[in-house]
Parts: sequence; C-alpha cells; structure tokens
Amino acid sequence: MKAKAGAWLRRTWEHDLAWGFRRSPVTVAAAFLTLVCVGGAVFAPWIAPHNPFDSASLVLTDGFTPPAWVAGGRMEYLLGTDDQGRDMLSTIMYGSRVSLAVGLASVLFSMVLGVGLGLVSGYVGGRLDAFIMRVADIQLSFPAILIALLIDGVARVALPRDTHDQIAIYVLILAIGVSGWVQYARTVRGSTLVERSKEYVQAARVIGRSQASIMLRHVLPNVMGPVLVIATIHIATAIITEATLSYLGVGVPATQPSLGTLIRVGNDFLLSGEWWITVFPGLALIVLVLSVNLLGDWLRDALNPKLR
Amino acid sequence: MRADTLLELADVDREFDVSRPWLNRLLEGEPRRSLRAVDGVSFSIRRGETLALVGESGCGKSTVARMIVGLYAPSRGRIVFEGADLADPASAPLRRRMQMIFQDPYASLNPRWRVRDIVAEPIVAHGMAPDAHALAARVAELLTQVGLAPEDGGKFPHEFSGGQRQRISIARALSSNPEFLVCDEPTSALDVSVQAQILNLMKDLQQRLGLTYLFISHNLAVVAHVATRVGVMYLGRLVEVADAKDLFERPRHPYTRMLIDAIPDIEMSGRPRTPVAGEVPSPLAPPSGCAFNPRCPHANDRCRAERPASHALPGGRSVACHAVEEDRIPDL
Repeated sequence: MKAKAGAWLRRTWEHDLAWGFRRSPVTVAAAFLTLVCVGGAVFAPWIAPHNPFDSASLVLTDGFTPPAWVAGGRMEYLLGTDDQGRDMLSTIMYGSRVSLAVGLASVLFSMVLGVGLGLVSGYVGGRLDAFIMRVADIQLSFPAILIALLIDGVARVALPRDTHDQIAIYVLILAIGVSGWVQYARTVRGSTLVERSKEYVQAARVIGRSQASIMLRHVLPNVMGPVLVIATIHIATAIITEATLSYLGVGVPATQPSLGTLIRVGNDFLLSGEWWITVFPGLALIVLVLSVNLLGDWLRDALNPKLR
Repeated sequence: MRADTLLELADVDREFDVSRPWLNRLLEGEPRRSLRAVDGVSFSIRRGETLALVGESGCGKSTVARMIVGLYAPSRGRIVFEGADLADPASAPLRRRMQMIFQDPYASLNPRWRVRDIVAEPIVAHGMAPDAHALAARVAELLTQVGLAPEDGGKFPHEFSGGQRQRISIARALSSNPEFLVCDEPTSALDVSVQAQILNLMKDLQQRLGLTYLFISHNLAVVAHVATRVGVMYLGRLVEVADAKDLFERPRHPYTRMLIDAIPDIEMSGRPRTPVAGEVPSPLAPPSGCAFNPRCPHANDRCRAERPASHALPGGRSVACHAVEEDRIPDL
C-alpha cells in the first residue's frame, strides 16, 4: 500500500502538468497565495485572532485602531479595527469565506447548467439547439452584472424582507450562477459537435446505447477539459461580481459581510483618514482574484497541446 | 429469398437534405435540395460469406453500411435481417447480432475509456454478463482471441498502435456474440504490413466463429483477398454483383472493367486496358439514364435516356448495363 502511494506520488510529480507547474515561478507563487487565501478563509473560525461577529467580545473603544505599524496601532489588531472595534484581519478572513463560498457555489451552478444545456444543444441539435443558443445570444447581449442585479431585484420584491435576508446568499449564488452559464454552454456545444461526429460515438450507437448514456458516459468526459479552464477563470470573475453586487448594496446582508461589503462599509471612512478599513479588504480581493486568475491562465496553457 | 440469406436489401434509397439554411433559401429563392447517396440498391448476403462493396469515394458504400447497422434510416426500401424488417421496432433485439468495425482506429475508441471498458460495452449494454467476474473473464478471452494480452485491458487506447487499436475494435465488435459484422474500410487507415495481419485475423475469426461479413473497401487488392462475392457501386447504384473470382477474371460492367484495369499488373501481361477516364459526376445532379454513361466507351442513346435495370446472368451474377444486356461489348 505504501509502495503504491509512493509510486503514485512519483508519477504525479513527474507528470507533464506538474513539470510545467514547477517550471513557472509565477504559477507557484499564485498557487501559494491562493492556498493562503483559501486556507485563511476555510479555517477562519480556528485561526482568526478574533471573532468579529461575537458582539460580546467587541470592545467599542478599540474602534478605529490603525494597523500595528502605524503610530497608535496595537499588535493585538494587526491590520487595525473598524468603527465598531472589529479586528480587520479577522473580518477579512471571515469575509473571504463568504466571497469564496459564493464564488465557488455560483461557478458550480453555472457549470452544471451550462454544461448540461450545451451538451444537449450540441448532441440533439435541430430546433432545441437553435432555441438554447438564441437564448444564450440574448443573454450575452446584457452584461452579467445587469442580469445578476435583475434576478436579485426580482427576489427582493417577491420575498418578504426577513426571508430575503436569510436566503440572500442563495439568491446571490443563483443570480451570479445564471448570469454565467452561456460561456460553458457555448464551449461545450462546440466540443460536443466535434465529438458527436467521431466514430466512437457512432460505435456506441451501433452497440445500442441510449442517447442519455452516450451523452453522459462518452461525450461528457471528452468535453470537460476546456470547461475546467473556464471554471477556474470564472471563479475569479464570480468573486468580483459578488464583490460588485455587495459593494452596490444588493449582495449579502451586512450581518454576514463579504469582501465587497467590507469595502463598501470602509469607503465611508476613507475621507476621514481611516483608510485601512477599506484598503485591506480591497487588497485581499485583488490578491485572491489575481492569483486564481493566474492559476487559470496557467491551466489553460498547460492543457492546450498547441502551446506546449 | 433463399434459405441461407442472412441479410437482404430491397430497393433501398437514402436521401440527405443538403439545402442551404432556411433564411438563405427564402432570400435567394432557392428550392430545397437533396442528395441521393444510395439509389435503389438491392442485394442479399448469405450466411458465412463475405460480401465486399467496392467503388470510388462518394459512391454510397459507407452509407449502405451505416443504414444496415441503423445509424441512418433508409428513405425508401426495406432492410431485412433474419426475415425481420429492421425498420420495425420489434426487431430491435436483432441489433445485438450485428456489429460494426470502423475505418479510423484512432477515432473509433473513446480516448477516456480503458480498453476493458471499451470491449465490455456491448456486453454491459445488452446485459449479457451475470456478474463482474464473468465479465472480466469474457473480456480477457476476447482480448486473447484478437491477439492481445488480457493485461492490455487496463491500458488506454493511446498506448496502442493503429493495428492494435483495430484489434481492440474487433474485440469490441465480437463481444456481444454477433453473427454479422459490417466492416467499413477496416484496414484503409493502416500500414500495408499491418493490413494483412488484420485481414488474416478477420478471416481466421470468420472461420472459427462462423461470421458473415459485409466488407466495404475501395482497395481491390484487399477485396480480392477477403471477399467471396463482390458488389460494385457507382454513384449510389449497384452496377454489378458477382462471385469474387468471376468478377476479377471476367468483369462485365464497363465500370468494373475500368476499375480492374486500374490495378497495377506486376506480370506485365500487356493486355489492352481501358484507362480510367473522366470524373465522377456530382451526385446532386446525376446524369440521365445510366449514371455511368458520360464515362462509358460503349454508351449509346438508350444508355443516355433509360436507366438500366439489374438483370441476372449465369453463375449468380447480376449486371445493370444496357450494353451487356444487348451483348454490345466484346469479351476480354
């Protein structure tokens, strides 16, 4: 068992992808930063120095403490505190949690929706294909953020305020998810058209496999490569979209702040000199999005045989 | 129908819609256009024989193969397998008994599947294995049968050469115990040395398992090696069917003669040849009368006006040619 695991490790280490990864210092740095951000977010309840949502532990008089290295700063609050005395570092860690969760969940939602529709569209063809692709075209003529705003707006009007606050995060995931499926659908449809005409698909038809089985078991595994690349880059876009929506005040409620909410709240204090309340969440967002994007770029190049 | 007939095609047509998109037709006032890839083809295959269909590219031989295995439905006519019309949904269970071997061994195996799963697919699809052990044993047996090792089942298709991949294809085709295999140019993508190995494997399997083959090819040397009977297609029509030996020794239809004259002759016998002349006309606008008349040295007014029907000659041969019927062609 141990020898087997060792062999597996060695194979992975020597694999093309791993080799390309080691050779690119930018990618290694991006992966490291992504790991730090994700790790900080996931383990926030255990490693964050304070719990910013525990109102009992908040000391209101500690409000507006600047970062530790600025005059008046305290080591206790490394990145300073906001108006209510919440430690910025902890707030950012908890905020990234919300940002990442919304980003990942909405990308997953987009991916399932888009891959499903693209697969059916490309494989079945005909009028269904024309219909799905025209819907995609129409949606593509609006900016994604507008679609997300629209869905969020409809949900706000349709639901009572309390209910909306409770499920705001799911509405947000739905809104961002629906606004992003087109890219997946188009890519998958294109690859499906190519795969469908290959002889292995015809062979499966001769064997007597059902359409659904051919789509899921034969075509799907062969069209997933580009989808993974799009998904990686889309995570960064989804996080930005979420931050934008939250910044505009239509995203998650202030009781559960994401990075976007933190930036918006901090903005109010920017002119009065408390810059750290908005700058640090902003920096965290930039680092997270940039490193995920760099990873996506690398994955795209690494999986493209023409660029090797 | 003879008692030993396994498969029969009766006056089968296949048309493809090749019209421009609806909007273009509307704006440019174009009518719908269709291409008749297969035009009134009738033949039958006897149990245990190898019928080869030959012809130039685009003559419809692959379309015939695809209609038989059910990838396309015939536009007209009937395909009868074991006495049952394949268009009838009740005949679906018969499909298990026919399988297909494809031309391109690089495209016909799913690159993401392991060989054992590829070979097992027909067995799984038809629920023919009682349990996983029986399935694994059967896959190992099949791989051995086609000259591969049972351990090869754990590999992926890209780890094999073209000839080995075609062996995997054959193992897959055999796994549901079919009686009838449709082989669509199974060797044309392979090196010449490997072609012979695959052909011999197929002949060997035919003898051992009592298989019947429909063999599609444009390579007459390959056809001469494997076929018991040969059908010659031209522009969607079957122009001559004869026993392989007779056909190569004494071709009757002018098109068959032209094809056989085009085979390089190592013995340099110096016999007179008809050089291959002209181009295949567009199937969108086939010539009137006999489809071959623009290229035929024996064509007359009747050939240009009236489509020749297939008529039987002694020795189980049938030819669709006015000149042969009227005995206008001097013998070789």
